[in-house]
Amino acid sequence: MNAKVIVVTSGKGGVGKTTTTANIGAALAKLGEKTVVIDVDVGLRNLDVVMGLESRVVFDLIDVIEGKCRLQQALIRDKRVENLYLLPASQTRDKDALDPEIFKTAVQQLLDEEGFDRILIDSPAGIESGFRTAAAPAQGALVVVNPEVSSVRDADRIIGLLEAQQVTEINLVINRLRPKMVASGNMLSEADVLEILGIKPIGIIPEDEGILVSTNVGEPAVLGKTVAGMAFMDTARRLRGENIPFPKLEEDNGFMGRLRRLFGGK
Amino acid sequence: MFSFLNRRRTKDTLKDRLEMVLAYDRAKIAPGKVDALRQDLLEVVKKYFPAEGSSIEVEQRGDTVVLVANIPLEEMQKDATKPQ
Repeated sequence: MNAKVIVVTSGKGGVGKTTTTANIGAALAKLGEKTVVIDVDVGLRNLDVVMGLESRVVFDLIDVIEGKCRLQQALIRDKRVENLYLLPASQTRDKDALDPEIFKTAVQQLLDEEGFDRILIDSPAGIESGFRTAAAPAQGALVVVNPEVSSVRDADRIIGLLEAQQVTEINLVINRLRPKMVASGNMLSEADVLEILGIKPIGIIPEDEGILVSTNVGEPAVLGKTVAGMAFMDTARRLRGENIPFPKLEEDNGFMGRLRRLFGGK
Repeated sequence: MFSFLNRRRTKDTLKDRLEMVLAYDRAKIAPGKVDALRQDLLEVVKKYFPAEGSSIEVEQRGDTVVLVANIPLEEMQKDATKPQ
């Protein structure tokens, strides 16, 4: 993707926006890009806990915008990954505290003054003001979709709204795919999703218990060796323009499956 | 990172993290700010006591969130009985 500023969105809640933001952000930083992930879910912040940086929050995005601190003071540097930063949302305010135009200025400042290569914006669920503010500074979007009816429908709606907001580079991340169910014909495949939405996926992330384990301890899965973590890493590489084929997905149950992935799973 | 032993305990890690984060959310204060407050308070305390093992934490007690300062006196006694 050429876009430096990318909004991560879905319309529907609970499909994995925050997990995707944390993991793609950490993966991009690992690949050498100076990356900041921004939580725009004012009043319901969660990117801080998913990334395991909650204890280090002092100032937030609203403090920056209201001039209570400098932009740099609100940025939390992730000590585990070089080049990775978090800009947290305020937990005590509501969505009206963030104006789209002022947010755009702050994002521009992150590019110009702090020299970030990539900015990922974690959008709140819904299609109202919170989403519109999150999308305002973005040239690109990652639309997170689960292969099930309401998520695909909402994704289609959000794609239309993104286009209306002049977000030109729109990519799809299919999250929580269950290969066994796809094989038995009880879940939409990537090809089905492509056919319905008309957008090729840039990432396909299998359902993986490892994601819950990694969020329990607050460590993005791309820093470990889970199947989903590797799929997120592949997604980040494709986002950077690398030609990474999609691996054949299989259920992560057996020891042999894990072994096979460890040696040939790239 | 996720060894066999570790995997059984991530739930406990999560509970600890959630208890902490909810205490701060309910108190409407950023965890990092309490960190700064802790440093400042310990500086002041140290002026009067040789309080090495002191800790200051935000805790949830029933319906209220309290700031708890823990300054152990044993440390001071140990110091006092030390031969000069």
